Amino acid sequence: MSRILKHRLFWPLVILVALLALNLIFTDNFFKIQMKEGHLYGSLIDIVRFGAPLILVSLGMTLVIATSGIDLSVGSVVAIAGALACLRISGLSDQNSVGGVLGAVGLALVLSVVLGAWNGFLVAGIGIQPIIATLILMVAGRGLAQLITDGQITTVNSSPYKLIGGGYWLTLPFGIIIVAVVLALTAFLTRRLALGLLIESVGGNAEASRLAGISARGVLMTVYAFCGLCAGIAGLMISSNVSSADGNNAGLWIELDAILAVVIGGTPLSGGRFSLSGTVLGALIIQTLTTTIYSIGVPPETTLLFKALVVTIVCLIQSPAFRTKVFHRRRRPMTARPAAEEKVRVSA
Amino acid sequence: MLKRISALILAGATALTMAGCSSSDSGGSGGSSGGGADDGKLVMGFAQVGAESGWRTANTKDIQESAKTAGVELKFSDAQQKQENQIKAIRSYIQQKVDVIAFSPVVESGWDTVLKEAQNAKIPVILTDRAVDSKDTSLYKTFLGSDFVEEGKKAGQWLVDQYKDSKDDVNIVQLEGTTGSAPANDRKAGFQQVISADPKFKVIASQSGDFTRAKGKEVMEAFLKSNPKIDVLYAHNDDMGLGAIEAIEGAGKVPGKDIKIITVDAVHDGMQALADGKINYIVECSPLLGTQLMDLAKKVVKGEQVPQRVVTEETTFTQEQAKEALPNRKY
Repeated sequence: MSRILKHRLFWPLVILVALLALNLIFTDNFFKIQMKEGHLYGSLIDIVRFGAPLILVSLGMTLVIATSGIDLSVGSVVAIAGALACLRISGLSDQNSVGGVLGAVGLALVLSVVLGAWNGFLVAGIGIQPIIATLILMVAGRGLAQLITDGQITTVNSSPYKLIGGGYWLTLPFGIIIVAVVLALTAFLTRRLALGLLIESVGGNAEASRLAGISARGVLMTVYAFCGLCAGIAGLMISSNVSSADGNNAGLWIELDAILAVVIGGTPLSGGRFSLSGTVLGALIIQTLTTTIYSIGVPPETTLLFKALVVTIVCLIQSPAFRTKVFHRRRRPMTARPAAEEKVRVSA
Repeated sequence: MLKRISALILAGATALTMAGCSSSDSGGSGGSSGGGADDGKLVMGFAQVGAESGWRTANTKDIQESAKTAGVELKFSDAQQKQENQIKAIRSYIQQKVDVIAFSPVVESGWDTVLKEAQNAKIPVILTDRAVDSKDTSLYKTFLGSDFVEEGKKAGQWLVDQYKDSKDDVNIVQLEGTTGSAPANDRKAGFQQVISADPKFKVIASQSGDFTRAKGKEVMEAFLKSNPKIDVLYAHNDDMGLGAIEAIEGAGKVPGKDIKIITVDAVHDGMQALADGKINYIVECSPLLGTQLMDLAKKVVKGEQVPQRVVTEETTFTQEQAKEALPNRKY
């Protein structure tokens, strides 16, 4: 029992379950999943479907934060990727041609990687602090997205493009499949190969890692480029879901949600350690919270307050120090201490 | 290295601001030195909010075109959503001694000082599209723009007419605009006023969709699951309605038939959906106020009395009207 309690993901999981249970009280058929129009349909499916872009962005953000960096530009990259893809597709003679759509998607993703690498270059190559380096693209990027769409909402009518964010494959939302693939790939690269260790080491102490023979620059560039790629895919999903690109609003403030998801998932902002599964849980918690607000009918004026309250509770419960103080169990300090030691050991 | 980069950025920024200046000056290459009054041509300084939406772009184009047809020399500046830019633009118009200043305020407050300066220079000011909250209404001649409450009422009236013969409850869900924004508050209030006369109209859920398609779709998905019986959707703009249509279709229902949809704005994509039968009724919120603006400007400069509040000429569209109007729409 105490081993389960001690697990890093225990408390985020409790919160997610509590939020879902709250829905059960207010909405009778919240957990009902049925087949409609040849695909799965239900509130739970909605949560993962609309949460998919956030999960992706948060995955990229997790690795960046693990290097003790931060990427504020993901929202802008989301907007740019969607804008470029929609612009290319709207220019096709046949919007339903799979080749043309693949070309547009490929181009948007290449640009996203380039933008991510640009962030990496500013951070690793020039040594600008990550928050400033990515702030540049955060501000300029939205302008770029508006430039691409000419300040208009670009609407496309393309069924292959629609598949990415709004379509279904084998009764499952296609976005979820993309997320699963990216997640599996990331987990393999970071946890089965040495990349994760290198990232944590650079996050713990970049200089020491360099002296130990790790190419800190290379690692940083890779991580920021990966973050750009994730944001790009998320951007395609968001714009494909509504078959249009909105340079102004697509991915607005998603960077903050992503950072929150990462933190809820137990990855410290100081870097040196990360948890992919925690991040996925964190993103799901945020999306469940959003869906909950819509389903139980929290008035729009108080939505932000409600969100803030829940997030505050989540953060407090996540904090071992707070739990020790409140629950006053005799065994609690014992279980809290190893966690603290572990952190010191990793970041040292 | 850092120095070089920052120098580069600085140079870039300077180039940008210079480009901004030149574009705002380009309209006034004619008789800007003499203020334009001597050659008999009316000179108007217009400070636009920015180019944040298709609506705004259509608004800008219309004002520029109307100025040309009305023979008004237009000095145009784009504030890029920043009040300080707008104040700067207005000050420069005062210095250039234009005949009349028009602008769409980025925000409601903080205009008293610069408006006083205009008043002291005896240049009349016309507000377009958005209001200021200044208590001293003598600071501007008139406010030309849409009446959002009226738009909400028009939407509500159509609904009441549609269901006048029915006795059953009408379950309405509402997609509100950005929380706290004037169009969201007023469109909600106007709609509520009209439908509250009959208790059979029930707003069973109302959430903010932030005026965007993505949010409109997401919120509608949740509505569809938590409310088994929805008869009518009222969305505060077309885009949220368009997002909601996708959600309704995904739930295996037919938008426009199973769920009746009312929206506000009448942008091109919305009109298309209306003509296709997916939306039932659109209340227009027209950006095409250029002609009215030029008329008002001429009257104001001549010293004629104009009403403090002028409402933009706007209409409503049913599905048949949309099919007719669609080929000639400017935006």
